[in-house]
Amino acid sequence: MIISELKPLDELQLALSACDKLFLVGCAACATACKAGGEEEVFKLQEWLATQGKEVSGSVVIDEACHIMRAARELRHHRNAVQEADALVVLACGSGIQSISSNVEKRVVGGLNSMFLGNVRRFGHYEEMCSLCGDCILNETAGICPVTTCAKGLLNGPCGGMEDGRCEVDEEIECAWRLIYERLQKQRRQGVFARRVPPKNWSRRRQPGRYRLKNGGR
Amino acid sequence: MSQLAQQLAGGQFVVTAEIAPPKGTNLAPALDGARKLRGVTAVNVTDNQGANMRLSSLALAAQLQQSGTETILQLTCRDRNRMALQSDLLGAAAFGIENLLLLSGDHGKFGDHPDARPVFDLDSVQMLDMASGLMAGTDMAGKPLNGVPRFFPGAAVNPAAEPFELMFQKVTKKVASGARFFQTQSVFEHGPLERFMAAMAPLRVPVIAGVLLMRSAKMARFLNANIPGVKVPQPLIERLEDAGDPMAEGLAIARETVGWARELCQGVHLMTLGHEDQIPAILA
Repeated sequence: MIISELKPLDELQLALSACDKLFLVGCAACATACKAGGEEEVFKLQEWLATQGKEVSGSVVIDEACHIMRAARELRHHRNAVQEADALVVLACGSGIQSISSNVEKRVVGGLNSMFLGNVRRFGHYEEMCSLCGDCILNETAGICPVTTCAKGLLNGPCGGMEDGRCEVDEEIECAWRLIYERLQKQRRQGVFARRVPPKNWSRRRQPGRYRLKNGGR
Repeated sequence: MSQLAQQLAGGQFVVTAEIAPPKGTNLAPALDGARKLRGVTAVNVTDNQGANMRLSSLALAAQLQQSGTETILQLTCRDRNRMALQSDLLGAAAFGIENLLLLSGDHGKFGDHPDARPVFDLDSVQMLDMASGLMAGTDMAGKPLNGVPRFFPGAAVNPAAEPFELMFQKVTKKVASGARFFQTQSVFEHGPLERFMAAMAPLRVPVIAGVLLMRSAKMARFLNANIPGVKVPQPLIERLEDAGDPMAEGLAIARETVGWARELCQGVHLMTLGHEDQIPAILA
């Protein structure tokens, strides 16, 4: 899921300085799961806005805020409250914020910073394991992504900063290449070590990404 | 052919040193420092070393080369994508620079611009392949070059890294990708260097051992805490701590390491960090 966190309140305060009445939007998917934009956080935001002398015209937690059509429908259901507001405050990832901003003419204030595509280690602990590079090498690296979990994204083995199998950037973290090497050894295969991996094809990750299912998904 | 390539091919024990470009445009101290070096075959010119922004290594190397000092141009993958790296290598060739040390580069976190976006479009193995390709007359897109560079590409290694086999598989890749010599991270112990050189023997690629002049126990601890891949063993720190004259003790340690290099390696790379005047004493 997309891991996000609430922006610093002083930043939000500044962004909202010209707005008196606000409509709040949360997201029931990722932002709820990482406790940044669910019912509870929307409510907390409303309480905080009250302390700032702001009025809230209404709120909604959208099933998946990244779904542009669904967001449009939800906003239509709340059109009067949206109409009354000076701005919408969205507690969703950047994708969700833009679903909203593409559906309304009004000013949209994002309340979260989106950080990464994260795995859940346990409740409240998230780790980035995939960076959506479009050119997956996991089948050769024993299911451990060096593009993401090596701090330098190296493809041909560890850098000179590896110390006792740990990463130079954070000694709490094990070197991704050591983990790949050990797991491949356990599986008795050479995997990625059998070849020199050529430079990555970053054109697969050209932004902005666009993808359409063939035959309309039928 | 560069002097470095010739001397290594001739089985001569080589000595390299290193100079960091200035933070700013005043090249005089670096050029002056290089002029005063004695008994050195070539001088490494560091590339935003430790991820600290400095004048371009290529610009200083070009000046040194033109004033008669042979250089080893260091180039890292941290700050440039594959296009910029190829451009810079062709530029280096135009200035007569042949010796290269091609590196991944320390992570930006360690330097003075930690907010910069790290590049790492290539890794060091891929950069060696790139240099080999340029020497064969084509760029990474397979396009022919008008004027083909001649390089003597080198790579770095930490001979004491663990796990050893994991580190060494990358050495093998670097050799396959065209590394013609290695310069090592600072060496502090005989055992790991001996093990590394035994593994290197079948590859027949010369190794220049890194020797770092430590001036105090404090400096050794700083290196351990702040320089990736450098781990000064506790007994050496204690030697520096207990010494009446830590600088003299540091010199003695460096001399011992040079002795191991003479026994096992094809040269030494002296990292004297501003004390280049001590080089004759280290080699004595």
